[in-house]
Amino acid sequence: MPDAVIVGAGVVGAACAYYASRAGLTVTVVDRGPVAAGTTGAGEGNLLVSDKEAGPELDLALLSTRLWRELAGTLPPETEYERKGGLVVATDGAALTALRAFAEGQTKAGVEAYEIPADGLGDLEPHLAPGLAGAFHYPEDAQVQPAMAAAQLLRAARADVRLGQEVTAVLTDRGGAVRGVRTSHGDLHAPAVVNATGTWGKALARLAGVHLPVLPRRGFVLVTEPLPPRLVRHKVYAADYIAGVASGSAGLRSSAVVEGTPAGTVLIGATRERVGFDRTLSTEALRRLAARAVDLFPVLAGVRAIRAYHGFRPYLPDHLPAIGPDPRVPGLYHACGHEGAGIGLAPATGLLVAAALCDDPPPLDPEPFRPDRFDDTEGAAS
Amino acid sequence: MTADLAVVGAGPAGLTAAATAARLGLDVTLLDAAQRPGGQLYRHPAGGPVPRPVRRLVRRLDRVTHLPHHHVWTVVRDGDTWLLHAVAGPDEAPAAVRARAVLLATGAYERQLPFPGWTLPGVVGAGGAQAMLKGGLALPGTGAPPAGTGPGAGGRIVVAGSGPLLLAVATTLAAAGARVPVLVEASGPAAYARHAAALARNPAKLFQGALYGGALLHRTTRLLTRHAVTAAHGTTRLEAVTVTRLDPDWRPVPGTGRRVPCDALAVGHGLVPQLELATGLGCATRRTPDGTPAVEVDAEQRTSVPGLWAAGETCGVGGAELASAEGEIAALSVAGRRPPAAAARRRARLRAFADALAAAHRPGPGWTDWLDGATEVCRCEEVTAARIRAAVTDLGARDARSVKLLTRAGMGWCQGRTCGPAVARLAGRDPAPDRRPLSCPVPLSQLAQPPGAEK
Repeated sequence: MPDAVIVGAGVVGAACAYYASRAGLTVTVVDRGPVAAGTTGAGEGNLLVSDKEAGPELDLALLSTRLWRELAGTLPPETEYERKGGLVVATDGAALTALRAFAEGQTKAGVEAYEIPADGLGDLEPHLAPGLAGAFHYPEDAQVQPAMAAAQLLRAARADVRLGQEVTAVLTDRGGAVRGVRTSHGDLHAPAVVNATGTWGKALARLAGVHLPVLPRRGFVLVTEPLPPRLVRHKVYAADYIAGVASGSAGLRSSAVVEGTPAGTVLIGATRERVGFDRTLSTEALRRLAARAVDLFPVLAGVRAIRAYHGFRPYLPDHLPAIGPDPRVPGLYHACGHEGAGIGLAPATGLLVAAALCDDPPPLDPEPFRPDRFDDTEGAAS
Repeated sequence: MTADLAVVGAGPAGLTAAATAARLGLDVTLLDAAQRPGGQLYRHPAGGPVPRPVRRLVRRLDRVTHLPHHHVWTVVRDGDTWLLHAVAGPDEAPAAVRARAVLLATGAYERQLPFPGWTLPGVVGAGGAQAMLKGGLALPGTGAPPAGTGPGAGGRIVVAGSGPLLLAVATTLAAAGARVPVLVEASGPAAYARHAAALARNPAKLFQGALYGGALLHRTTRLLTRHAVTAAHGTTRLEAVTVTRLDPDWRPVPGTGRRVPCDALAVGHGLVPQLELATGLGCATRRTPDGTPAVEVDAEQRTSVPGLWAAGETCGVGGAELASAEGEIAALSVAGRRPPAAAARRRARLRAFADALAAAHRPGPGWTDWLDGATEVCRCEEVTAARIRAAVTDLGARDARSVKLLTRAGMGWCQGRTCGPAVARLAGRDPAPDRRPLSCPVPLSQLAQPPGAEK
């Protein structure tokens, strides 16, 4: 019998498996689909500190940044870890003032951030539009190939991986403690179950009888035809992206993080809107992405998009993930609700979950991520 | 202004539907990616003679707004109308059409199963070879056409793969002056026998007829059934192919390969419906008997999405006659007329025949045995069979999408149209319905400022 069953073979589940196994536990990972088939596979692979304001999420991101750097030395090069750095640009003086205050808070929390005056932008990004007020450079912002990162973490974890098996029930004993899961292929017994099902975290929590209000927040990404290398060198976005990340609004929020990839394509992402699991194309979302990208890099106007895709970010009302033991059900742990930051936050999440499973002291204060912090009444009603 | 009906695709289904709907008094706009009407089947060069079946259909288009060279990249609902966005003309200008009803007649494209050497110059798609000849172009491998001869003159072209298209291709090539030493078909008469009811009482004879009927080919071309081209050879271009016997699962029988010298190879394994506009709109799909997804329609060609019809190969590959029949039924339905019972019966009979053919030519799972690890399966991104297999066995991929995420197979220019069915099979799956929110490349400037269309 394994020490824990981890439900979800996305990057967060894979990181939980990796750190649990490194802590000496044996784990089984189960997923109804292939590896990285949910939000992980629809992500861009952002490992960002630049878009997080000082607070618990930034602390998690900073820990993750260190862990990703370690992992980059361990995982094979196909993981495509690249510390390319972020460049957050301000279109006018007011935006620059706000950005400066934001960056000051981050710097106090331990982030590296450097102001780049308007006349220095061309050195960092030669094709950036003229007339911008200035920018902040975040050298710690990095990148991985997200699906490959999940697959390689899972492989390195040497976990027993069961793909194509759907969890249909969380098994509990008479005292209400978790004793495993029932899957489409039989029962898996374990004293601990980790909910790493991302956007589907609410449904799995419900199987265990608890309420966890994870909601999908849709995002579109545009991919261009292959372009000459180093046309776009950093993760470049306008300062209003930060407002979008922190927004709770259901309407379409857009901003464009523009970045080049090793394959030569340029990625433009991503919009944010709460429309449930709606898979139809929104030309309005694409319009805003394309317009913002062309505003930042006029050279892109004549370039063709060859692909658009979307994903559903797992979103919790206070924009913080749920990580750690669920006091309502002994043996149930959560590691979901990372919204658009799951790739970046995965290692720190995995480390926290592994520490909790082993009853070791946590690497940082887990209190802000308590899974039972939301009002339970809706759960009882639904 | 808002059209009563927008038809996407000017092949047999779209042309028939547009003409029929216009005759019934509807205001019809017909959009097509190609410059000339006729679709893939009746492809013809600009300025050249219009094929007779198209002439007949085009004559009936006089009241239809025909927008050639308009590639529809997405269709979106806008209130109670549809908005079709297109990239128009060689300058890729933006265009939009508003309509109360949409008929998708987007046709099909050729299924390719890779084999070692298939990326050599001189290897072309069977449908592609035919299209090139119809378009007045010389075939690669045969050089420029000598004066006074057909475009394929003199070259030895092996035709291989599976499906009824091969005979048509071989005939076209022979008529153009090429020598077709051998026509290699992976299916065998037994496959026809299993579907005899829909095909004929004498399946073996029908099989011969379907594949080998042209008198033109009778004396010069050898027919090899249950065989496949399992490798192509050459240094800078194609010089020969290996033809190998297959077992009923299409697994190559060891020791049966022999080398056939040739100048070109035209190879294809049937057609697969082009679905992305339909799946993008949420249309339900069905799986045709060859394992390929197609749009599901009811007896009046209505898709599962209200206001949206589909006809022709999009609903399952079945040829021009079936496509026209479906186009006519769809147009009647859009106009609020009940299709006559005779038309419905004809459609059912043709569809049953098409499904039986699809079943008989369904690629056997054993074809993947003729790949070697170094065979490039995804040509755009240069992803080999070995890497795809490793993604499945070592990394947790279980379908074409997860293979794509882990290897980039299908992420290049063709967006998986060429390698998709092969990659799905290597992942142990039948192909899933295509999902391509952009059905063709679109300039960012156009995405940023999509033209509206007046109501």
